[in-house]
Amino acid sequence: MTESVVDYSEQPLAVEVDDVTMIFNMASESLTNLKEYFIKLAKHELFFEEFRALKHISFDIHRGEVVGLVGTNGSGKSTMLKIIAGVLEPSEGSVKVHGNIAPLIELGAGFDPELTARENIYLNGALLGYTKEFIDANFDGIIEFAELQNFVDMPLKNFSSGMVARIAFAIATITEPDILIVDETLSVGDVFFQQKCEARIQHFIQSGDVTVLFVSHSMEQVERICQRAVWIEKGDLRMDGPVDEVCKAYREQFN
Amino acid sequence: MSDQTKQQEARSLPATFAKNEFEKDAFILRQLVTKDFKIKYRRSVLGVAWSVLNPLLMMIVMAIVFSTIFGQGRNGSMTPEMYPLYLIVGNVTFAVMSESTNQALTSIVGAAPLLKKVKVHRWVFPVQKVLFSLVNFTFSLVAVAIVMLWFRVMPSWHLILLPVCLLLLMCFCMGLGMMLSALTVFFRDVMHLWSVVITAWTYITPIFWTTDYIAQMPHLVRILMYANPMYNYLQFMRDIFLFQTTPSLLTFGMCVAWAVLALVIGYTVFHKSERKFILYI
Repeated sequence: MTESVVDYSEQPLAVEVDDVTMIFNMASESLTNLKEYFIKLAKHELFFEEFRALKHISFDIHRGEVVGLVGTNGSGKSTMLKIIAGVLEPSEGSVKVHGNIAPLIELGAGFDPELTARENIYLNGALLGYTKEFIDANFDGIIEFAELQNFVDMPLKNFSSGMVARIAFAIATITEPDILIVDETLSVGDVFFQQKCEARIQHFIQSGDVTVLFVSHSMEQVERICQRAVWIEKGDLRMDGPVDEVCKAYREQFN
Repeated sequence: MSDQTKQQEARSLPATFAKNEFEKDAFILRQLVTKDFKIKYRRSVLGVAWSVLNPLLMMIVMAIVFSTIFGQGRNGSMTPEMYPLYLIVGNVTFAVMSESTNQALTSIVGAAPLLKKVKVHRWVFPVQKVLFSLVNFTFSLVAVAIVMLWFRVMPSWHLILLPVCLLLLMCFCMGLGMMLSALTVFFRDVMHLWSVVITAWTYITPIFWTTDYIAQMPHLVRILMYANPMYNYLQFMRDIFLFQTTPSLLTFGMCVAWAVLALVIGYTVFHKSERKFILYI
């Protein structure tokens, strides 16, 4: 790709991750019961085991950059994405995000199965911060991209998971976001739709204004789409650099 | 590609994103209330009519039971003609509180999939449930109007105070709802406990029994009765609908005090704990 030559450090910052540490309290048993809570409290047994999902992670992403997050399962990639998306708040450190985010995390998680596709599009659009007028104007575009023209007024519970993912992807990407977060979402849907999604993401990348954060276990996909990669391993920032170097190092750990 | 041209068209059209947080939250609230409303009446033949029919039927049942078996509405200030209106006003007002808190209770836990995915102000979920109960209340006002017509009760200008009373009641319910929704995240027991509290509250509030009884109670109990927030909200409603007077300064003061207190405590509890929600849902 020709873009990889571009020096992004000239561009304004899109995401600033500054010394982020995320601590989860792992209760030995989950206490969601008042009786248990008070018994433990009285016995002075209310200890929580600390689990550090992320340890002092810092990196900056410039506008227009396409960054892949790699790492083995449970190493903190999704936690990192959720912190950037604003869903989780870091225990220490700070994250600054400049611009609006289209989070493609767990596609369709915010849908209500009882509502029709049309109603869900408005509900989800509201949550993404769209105006009603904007959704009105783009409704057909969303349906067309999702290829669900005949199912607009059908309750979502009758949809297949692939169909749900299509709508969710179509809503989140109907407008060009400043920052696009893609969390293994491309693995849903059939091959044709996957290609369609990737084409749309590539279209955003080529525009040069969209910052993309990409998580995938497929190294080929990361190498194909991203220019830079950040490798997080067991909560530590292992490596941050050009995608081919990081992927090479990542592969080597298995050999 | 056709969707590309569509996107370019869209850019010259209306604003894509809400101008500010307030506009965004307002749209979310509207969508969530509409959603609840649609789900509530989906696949029911009479649909919205149930919001009117329910309080009416409830009133008829209660009027028959309590006026024949327990001789309510034949004592003191309450005439048998007034009793049904006394009942329905009390019932629909109390229902706002019980419905909204019951719904708000599970609102955060229920919104878990959303909260894990999108950045959204967490308070919209309990607040939305309270607004939804206000929509229901508006429909049940039709039932109240029917009863007033039936018993030829002419409404008076005092009804202009209705928005004031509703606003105070909403604040009270929002405060309570926020507190309960936050507590439920950490202790699911609250769900079971709250239904008991609501039942107890139904009995200690003069909904079906007339307020004359309070005067006969021991001094301490009487103070507690008069301090009961729901007593005051019901009194406010009955004053403007039934007795057609302005509520006393004490009643009004209590309504304001409870609304402010609930809102302050509810918001504080909610705000202090909301960052930890995601780890427990």
